[in-house]
Amino acid sequence: MNTLYERLSPVVRHLPPSGIRRFFDLASQMQDVISLGVGEPDFVTPWHVREACMYSLEQGYTTYTPNRGLPELCVEIAKYLTKFGLTYDPSHEVLVTVGGSEAIDLALRALVCPGDEVLIPVPTYVSYKPCALLAGADVVELPTYAEDGFRLTADALERAITPRSKVLVLCFPNNPTGAVMDKEDLQAIAEVVRRHDLFVVSDEIYAELTYGSQHVSIAAIPGMRERTVVVSGMSKAYAMTGWRIGYAAGPEPIISAMLKIHQYTIMCAPHMAQRAALEALRNGDDERDRMVESYDRRRKLIVAGLNEIGLPCHEPRGAFYAFPDIRPTGLTSEQFAERLLLEQGVAVVPGNVFGDPGEGFVRCSYATSVELIEEALRRIRTFVEHLSYHPVR
Amino acid sequence: MNDALRLKVCDLLHENAKLSPETIARMLGEKPDVIEKTIEELEQEKVILRYSAVVNWEKLPVNQVTAVIDVKVLPQREVGFDAIARKIYRFDEVKSVALMSGGYDLQVTVVGRDLREVSRFVSEKLATLENVTSTATHFLLKTYKSDGVIYDDTDGERRLMITP
Repeated sequence: MNTLYERLSPVVRHLPPSGIRRFFDLASQMQDVISLGVGEPDFVTPWHVREACMYSLEQGYTTYTPNRGLPELCVEIAKYLTKFGLTYDPSHEVLVTVGGSEAIDLALRALVCPGDEVLIPVPTYVSYKPCALLAGADVVELPTYAEDGFRLTADALERAITPRSKVLVLCFPNNPTGAVMDKEDLQAIAEVVRRHDLFVVSDEIYAELTYGSQHVSIAAIPGMRERTVVVSGMSKAYAMTGWRIGYAAGPEPIISAMLKIHQYTIMCAPHMAQRAALEALRNGDDERDRMVESYDRRRKLIVAGLNEIGLPCHEPRGAFYAFPDIRPTGLTSEQFAERLLLEQGVAVVPGNVFGDPGEGFVRCSYATSVELIEEALRRIRTFVEHLSYHPVR
Repeated sequence: MNDALRLKVCDLLHENAKLSPETIARMLGEKPDVIEKTIEELEQEKVILRYSAVVNWEKLPVNQVTAVIDVKVLPQREVGFDAIARKIYRFDEVKSVALMSGGYDLQVTVVGRDLREVSRFVSEKLATLENVTSTATHFLLKTYKSDGVIYDDTDGERRLMITP
């Protein structure tokens, strides 16, 4: 007789467990931990947005919304996306989802047939691969390297393509590396994508968090709009992670297919959170820009600090993560993260959980206060100096 | 003079005066000596007047009464309100003086040990000044937020320790 576990779906059984879980459990048991492991803003959602949500509750907006999302929210999203040179019809080409996460799941399920290959540049955010596997795809990981600033090169993409290649998933600005793809980089990728008739699912959730350059969407490159689903949301730019409001924008047939799955599985994103998102998009730009400036200052602080300690850190041009190279210590990512946590009480995320090429790096979120960043840097310095007296063999 | 840099430095120091020039330099991507020089200039030009802590006095065992006083004055030829404002702000008890538009002219904040002390100051010193035509004294009962700082802020860390 099979055990209960063995009777579960083999696809789910074979999904790798989250690499973060172990560190989370370890860190949670400890006192006085400074966490650089948090993947969300340290700001509370701006008050005017919270207040708009409360007002919507007072007004009794507690019902379902249309499956696609509030029409006026779809209009605001379409209007917002024009800043990246993207034009979408809000009544057919925009879909409000439960976080960007749902949009990624929907896009992959809508596009992928069993046996198709989904190409994912790594290191990257952890959910694309499981979503692709759950959709029945085979995953092909495309390693990116520190020497290229963790950008995907057209050459690497070209070499990985087979007749089964179907979808390329992009996440730039990137979690965990902070890498940004410039227009020229994307043009080169787009050329390959068009030639092989691929689709692109472009997760642009960190689009607002770029430093020194404006975000470029691959959908804005000629010939890409008709084959790209742009995924984004309110979480990172407006400090609204817990509200779970994301969206997808793309060609009508793909969005309609995603809408079909969404209406059967989710019905609609939470109504009051959609009202809050409306307020954020209409009146939240000033606060958003202030938050971005604040991240930028902390970014410079942590990158300079890590480099001084002797952990080489390329300049992360987006998101809110530094991704230092810890190979000079002779430790693996997991060893470094675990020992740093146990010996100095600083939590970082080992780079390998974001894909094999993340080995030798750790992710440090700088979405935390200046005081804590400085204290964390002091502790990391102590840790690294202690190591150099006691080299690892 | 780099106005943008001066503004950024003031912005950071206003938020947290304990930031070292080295930290500010890193945060703004400048050299420490540039920041040190900028701060020195700002101090000399009296753009930065003082570095002080925001204190919630209610949490300390001190007897202290704060009054906000609306003062109406007769402006004087050539010196307007400035001469009378100067006379008022020289008093140690006076913590702030501002010229206001609207129903009165000067808003004066006075701190004393108790009600009697503040009342005596108003009736004997302030109201008797030449050109002061009326005063309305409001005693401050509780400060909730001052200069952008919420006093009983409960905003602690609410995030999970590690998230992807």
